[in-house]
Amino acid sequence: MKKQITPPAYVVQSEEALDKKYDPQIARKLVRFLQPYLKQGIAALLLMTVATITSVSGPYFVKVALDDGLAANNVEVLRQTLLIYLVVMLVQWGTNYLRVVIMSRVGQHVLYDVRTRMFEHLQKLSLGFYSRFSVGRAITRVINDVGTLREFITWAALAIVRDTFAIVGIIVAMLAIDLKLSLLTFAVLPFMALATYIFRKAARRNYRKVRSAISWVNSVLAENINGVRVVQAFSRETHNYKNYRDYVNRYHLDVSLDAVKVAAFFTPTVDLLGAVATALVVWVGGTAVLGESITAGVLVAFILYIDRFFEPIRDLFRRFDTLQSTMAGGERILQLLETPVEVQDEAGAGELSAIRGDVRFERVSFHYADDPAPVLTDIDLDIRAGETVALVGETGAGKTTFVKLVARFHDPTSGCIRVDGVDLRTVTQGSLRRQMGMVLQDPFLFNGTVKENILFGRLDATDAEVIAAATAVGAHEFISQLKNGYETSVQEGGVLLSVGQRQLISFARALLADPRILILDEATSSIDTQTEQVIQSALARLLKGRTSFVIAHRLSTITNADRIVVIHDGRVIEQGSHRELLEKRGYYFKLYKTGFQE
Amino acid sequence: MSSLLRLRTFIRPYIPQIVLNLILLLAITALSLYVPRVIRQVVDVGLAAGAGDALIRSALVLFGLGLGTAILNLGHRYLSEWIAARIGYDLRNRLYDHIQRQAFTYHDHTQSGQLISRCIEDVSAIQRFAGSAVIETIQFLLLTVGILWLMTADNLKLAVISLLPMIPLVYRALEFGTRIGGLFFKVDNAVGEVSNRLQENVSGVQVVRAFAREDYEIGRFNFANKEVFKHWVNVIDQWARIMPLSNFLIALGTILLLWFGGPMVLEGEITLGALVAFNSYILMLGAPAQQLTQLVNAAGEATAGAQRVFEVLDHPSEIQSPRGAGDAGQLRGEVEFEGVGLSYQDERIHALDGISLKVEPNRIVALMGQTGSGKTSLVNLIPRFYDVTQGRVLVDGRDVRELDLVSLRRQIGIVLQTSLLFSDSIRANIAYGRPDATEEEIFAAAQAAQAHEFILELPQGYGTVVGERGVTLSGGQRQRVAIARALLMNPRILILDDSTSSVDTQTEKLIQSALDQLMEGRTTFVIAHRLSTVRRADLIVVMDKGCIVQRGTHKDLLRQKGLYRKIYDLQLKGHEKFTEEMEELGQKEFVEAHRRSEELR
Repeated sequence: MKKQITPPAYVVQSEEALDKKYDPQIARKLVRFLQPYLKQGIAALLLMTVATITSVSGPYFVKVALDDGLAANNVEVLRQTLLIYLVVMLVQWGTNYLRVVIMSRVGQHVLYDVRTRMFEHLQKLSLGFYSRFSVGRAITRVINDVGTLREFITWAALAIVRDTFAIVGIIVAMLAIDLKLSLLTFAVLPFMALATYIFRKAARRNYRKVRSAISWVNSVLAENINGVRVVQAFSRETHNYKNYRDYVNRYHLDVSLDAVKVAAFFTPTVDLLGAVATALVVWVGGTAVLGESITAGVLVAFILYIDRFFEPIRDLFRRFDTLQSTMAGGERILQLLETPVEVQDEAGAGELSAIRGDVRFERVSFHYADDPAPVLTDIDLDIRAGETVALVGETGAGKTTFVKLVARFHDPTSGCIRVDGVDLRTVTQGSLRRQMGMVLQDPFLFNGTVKENILFGRLDATDAEVIAAATAVGAHEFISQLKNGYETSVQEGGVLLSVGQRQLISFARALLADPRILILDEATSSIDTQTEQVIQSALARLLKGRTSFVIAHRLSTITNADRIVVIHDGRVIEQGSHRELLEKRGYYFKLYKTGFQE
Repeated sequence: MSSLLRLRTFIRPYIPQIVLNLILLLAITALSLYVPRVIRQVVDVGLAAGAGDALIRSALVLFGLGLGTAILNLGHRYLSEWIAARIGYDLRNRLYDHIQRQAFTYHDHTQSGQLISRCIEDVSAIQRFAGSAVIETIQFLLLTVGILWLMTADNLKLAVISLLPMIPLVYRALEFGTRIGGLFFKVDNAVGEVSNRLQENVSGVQVVRAFAREDYEIGRFNFANKEVFKHWVNVIDQWARIMPLSNFLIALGTILLLWFGGPMVLEGEITLGALVAFNSYILMLGAPAQQLTQLVNAAGEATAGAQRVFEVLDHPSEIQSPRGAGDAGQLRGEVEFEGVGLSYQDERIHALDGISLKVEPNRIVALMGQTGSGKTSLVNLIPRFYDVTQGRVLVDGRDVRELDLVSLRRQIGIVLQTSLLFSDSIRANIAYGRPDATEEEIFAAAQAAQAHEFILELPQGYGTVVGERGVTLSGGQRQRVAIARALLMNPRILILDDSTSSVDTQTEKLIQSALDQLMEGRTTFVIAHRLSTVRRADLIVVMDKGCIVQRGTHKDLLRQKGLYRKIYDLQLKGHEKFTEEMEELGQKEFVEAHRRSEELR
């Protein structure tokens, strides 16, 4: 009565992405992270060799103790052998301890390096990259994918080497003790290989399904939590719960159980093959002991070895799954690290010295790397220091791209932008942006206190300066009414601050930075008309004495600008003061008329 | 530990399966304990007496035992994982439902990322523990008891001597267990901090770039990153202290056994076979003893996980349907606030204070006031997103706290300031409040919301998937879909947060006419930003600092010298300036038309 659940297409598609075979190229690149720790790696490898040899030697010592000690009726030899064994095991303990300490520290260092490298790279990638890169993805890359890498480096990588060493060691030891019994034991190996092959194939398919089912469960869950207010507003709780229980979560349960079925077969099969080998050795070996071609000690040692032989094989099998997810995770990590940085400081780029704020566009054109359609075409503009420039045009006309070019979030495809006559591409991005401020439509606040958020504009500002900035933009009043005033934290849970209040904080942040060039991208859209009118003076205070670029839909914000630049289809079609443009009766005139006709 | 015990409610439904599993486990343990006895037989009887038959018999018994163990193991393993998967499934369901029914206050103060990780990471930790770890612990205990019994029955002295090294091993494992939990907790917190840094950095990327704060951010990230490194190294040091040691102690058992047992064999006190069997027992105990550390590890993780899960499950939903409340029936739509006060837990001041307001059915109430004046807080009380801290909110004369929550909310339509859509088809998004709506009803709602046309132009029309994994809609389009969604509910009471933040004039007009459609014939509360909307309201309520400072019709309020007049004048000034400009430019006709339309409002 189990009904078949079909997950949506994106879930099935993600399955394919999860399946990654061993790829030598990825492995090579990942190994490069180990390079700084080569010495420690070699030391760990040597230690492991010693540790494996010493631990494999156990049954051999038992054999010697039984044959040369007991069978020969010689307690001296018995105790000597045991003493040597004790020393060997002490060596094993010591080497193993050192190996674990060294190798896992290296592992943690590598992971630290990988995380740092990823974060630093993220700081350089263009904003265009972020339009396709959500927070969820960032977390998956830096936490989960690095997590699988950790799993691999701390456990699997060494376990694979250790298991291989152990298998080889045991084979060598067995061959050294008795050839015939060894071959007899190895007779089960082909069956083992066959079983492994069959199970691996099935296991891989299942593993993929489980992984994608998990991601489905996660995304449905995340969406429901993020949209919980809408869920409740529409009383969807019961419906959503049923959908989750009977469909999404159920699918996860079903595919997990499918996977369990396969996995449950494998271990008993290996155990059974082990039992077969033991039975064979007892029978054939026992007969040989009777015929006195081998000693009882040899037989006992063999039984002990068989016991140990199958453990690393079983372990290796498990590790292959880790290897697979490591490959997939590693590939995604590399993909991120290898994403080209679009805007880069040129070699020998100098610091931009203190600027006045003249901005010049010289025949600037721009299109995005992945789309040849021009966004801006042949822009020629000369803006004086201190001018307030309003950018006007329809959604998608290119206003936001325009200001992003000023801040050098992108470089023009052709032409050049100069600040105080200096081509932006010849100076470092940091020195430019430190003299530039930006307030965006969505006022973003960091987790931390109100004060810390304002300080983000200038880290070394004093408390008095922070308060002055907040007062100037009209935010001081509501901030001092908060529970802890400026020390109130604005966590994710800080939804209680309204959008408008958050925007005022970001105004204060920009004012504190005291930039020479200021960009307001829809900064007043999230503030209601009443509040906007209240903060008109704050805005004026913010704009005064700086070169400002303002994008706004509300015409009232625009009319006071020194210059209005009308952008249409990526071109500047009109510019001038409000008056001049009205008299011109062109595009702006029309726009203005409809704007007030509600 | 106590939180692990609390998991029993989730385990209880599967007691029959657990009992069956334990029986299987008992049988497996018995069979595997028998193996060394067979080997002892081989060494003592088979080899010594020179009986070839006995050897073959022993070999067959070994094979039989192997086969039996394998078959039992198959069932046992499947059953263990099955139980774990079921428990995980149940837990995930419970958490999902519990979280989505929590009041707004809860979600205001809880980071969504944390909730999600509880449902995922913590449940898997519990599942891992419930699946393999518990069973392995039991297996370890059974084996230990069985082996101790068999060995002591055979030779007490030898048993005591050779099992001596187990004492420090178990002691170390338990010591490890008490430490590792806390260390893992620190690792988890440090990783959480790294992901917080990351989350913030990615969502605030524009701000970081705009203020050239990359280095500062890298510094903060690296600080968190270092912490992760540091805490992991602490965990590893604990591992390093125990794992290699256990290998050594097990070998020490063998050495002690042979050291003292060897001479006993020579003196004929015990047989060689018994010695070999003893050795097998020690090795048998060795593997699970080594696993003990991992078990303790898993138990630590599961305890932490269970603790966090119960923290969520223990939090009662502050807003619940009253017990025994029947369906509220068709509402007329009368809404009354009676001396209502509201304060959020984190704020010093009242969000609302002494609000009294009565609204007759089918009236339009416009709420005005500055950001943070309490408009949204007020309307949130009607569908009980929050409960009042003072006074009462009445719908049709009944306290909302006495009404069945679902039947109340079903009759309230809401268009929020940010129109959140789900990653599903547009059709499903519009039908969100009424999944059983017909195609015609959905189309009608979309048409009334001025959304039908643009929806048809999308690649798959109404089947187009929107949201994170689908087509990105513009702000205006999203809002119109949200309006259609509210329209389809055909609510008696409508709450509108009339914000047209980032849409251009053209779209704004479309939305406006969609809203006009929506307000028809319902009690409407509209948080208005435009005077045009405000003017057509039956009642205008002006709020300031959580209080109603003015109320009345447009005309009443204009006559008073209050906040409304001030706001109106400010906006009017814009209009006057506009008309002046137009007049100057000789746009007489246009000005006339504009004035006429102004007067009509």
